[in-house]
Amino acid sequence: MNGVHDMGGMHGLGPVEPEPDEPVFHTEWERRAFAITLAAGFLGEWNIDMSRYSRELMPGPEILTTTYYEHWLWGLEHLLVEKGLATRDEIAGRVKPARPSKPLRVLKAAEVAAAIAKGGAHRVNDDVPARFKVGDRVRTRNINPLGHTRLPRYARDKHGVVDRDHGVHVFPDAHAAGLGQKPQHVYSVRFTMQELWGPDASARDRAYIDLWDDYLEPA
Amino acid sequence: MSDHGHHHDHDHDHDDDQPGAHDAPLSGPALKVKALESLLIDKGLVDPKALDELIDTYETKVGPRNGARVVAKAWVDPAYKKRLLENGGGAIAELGYRGRQGEDIVVLENTPTVHNMVVCTLCSCYPWPVLGLPPVWYKSAPYRSRTVIDPRGVLREFGVDVPESVEVRVWDSTAELRYLVLPERPAGTEHMTEEQLAELVTRDSMIGTGQALTPAGRR
Repeated sequence: MNGVHDMGGMHGLGPVEPEPDEPVFHTEWERRAFAITLAAGFLGEWNIDMSRYSRELMPGPEILTTTYYEHWLWGLEHLLVEKGLATRDEIAGRVKPARPSKPLRVLKAAEVAAAIAKGGAHRVNDDVPARFKVGDRVRTRNINPLGHTRLPRYARDKHGVVDRDHGVHVFPDAHAAGLGQKPQHVYSVRFTMQELWGPDASARDRAYIDLWDDYLEPA
Repeated sequence: MSDHGHHHDHDHDHDDDQPGAHDAPLSGPALKVKALESLLIDKGLVDPKALDELIDTYETKVGPRNGARVVAKAWVDPAYKKRLLENGGGAIAELGYRGRQGEDIVVLENTPTVHNMVVCTLCSCYPWPVLGLPPVWYKSAPYRSRTVIDPRGVLREFGVDVPESVEVRVWDSTAELRYLVLPERPAGTEHMTEEQLAELVTRDSMIGTGQALTPAGRR
């Protein structure tokens, strides 16, 4: 979706403000927001692409005026309701919480280290042929889906060159919509800054963007 | 509101929402997290001990010191460096760092002619096993919007002046590949041990928004 989360190339969003000796979390509520989001994710009721999409669905003006972990909370509440794990009334404290209607696998403290070490399963071993090879010239498609996509607006309808083939991965546009993995190759595609931003951009500099087969056409 | 969220005017134990201001009322998100965490626990969807373990892992066990050890080893061990550049994730796992948000790590070498920097324009993708959780500025709208269109301007604000003769490569983490920059080894460090060298490797130098410290600049 063409949401405000897709920020590449926007102007006017302020200066970059690094914080010296920044702590991992700034408040106790950030710690808890981080932990409940990760722990709820381990229930397995949604995947990482659904999780990203849920945060994108937060209204744009709110995204721009709230902090990072507030985005996480918004997305978590959305997913809990969408997947039937909680109701808005329960979240608002208007009714007594009901137990889940089905058995769920809840992450235990002793399982945390192994679960983190295992990581996600975005790489797929399916034998899917690559549509492009390193060195091929490609053009990104001009798509504007209402759903989740990882093709940023600034990189649509642009010419680039396949720099690396990263193998077969889950396709987020399908995965976020619950349409399965639709596994396909992901490539680092190299773009000149002038292709992306016009003749005033640096002639020397390049952007590398990770893109799936479905985003690309031969050029 | 749940029964865990009623004492917002006088909570002294857990909610240091504003560090040093323990008598301040809980902020909106702090109340919301408290209520949501209580709901998830009441429903049996999360285990409180697992939450504590997740927080402890990312607050005390995983962080940029991991990445610094990888970089220092690459500086002193040419065979390791070769493996690291060919198969980043595999070489990093040799040091025991692997897993969530770092299942496929690609290492980008800075040289006298190429300067790499990493961004996630769509969300906040970051190589957790080697750098920990990202700083606020990395997740912020200004960094995410400007880095792809004005990388040299952003770098100057970080105090990094890249000569026009050097190519800047911006890597937008749109897929599940995670990028770690291998900064240049500073001059005058030939006599230093791997452990001493790791002290020169800053978090920002591994994102590409900084250089490694010189022995004189070591804090």
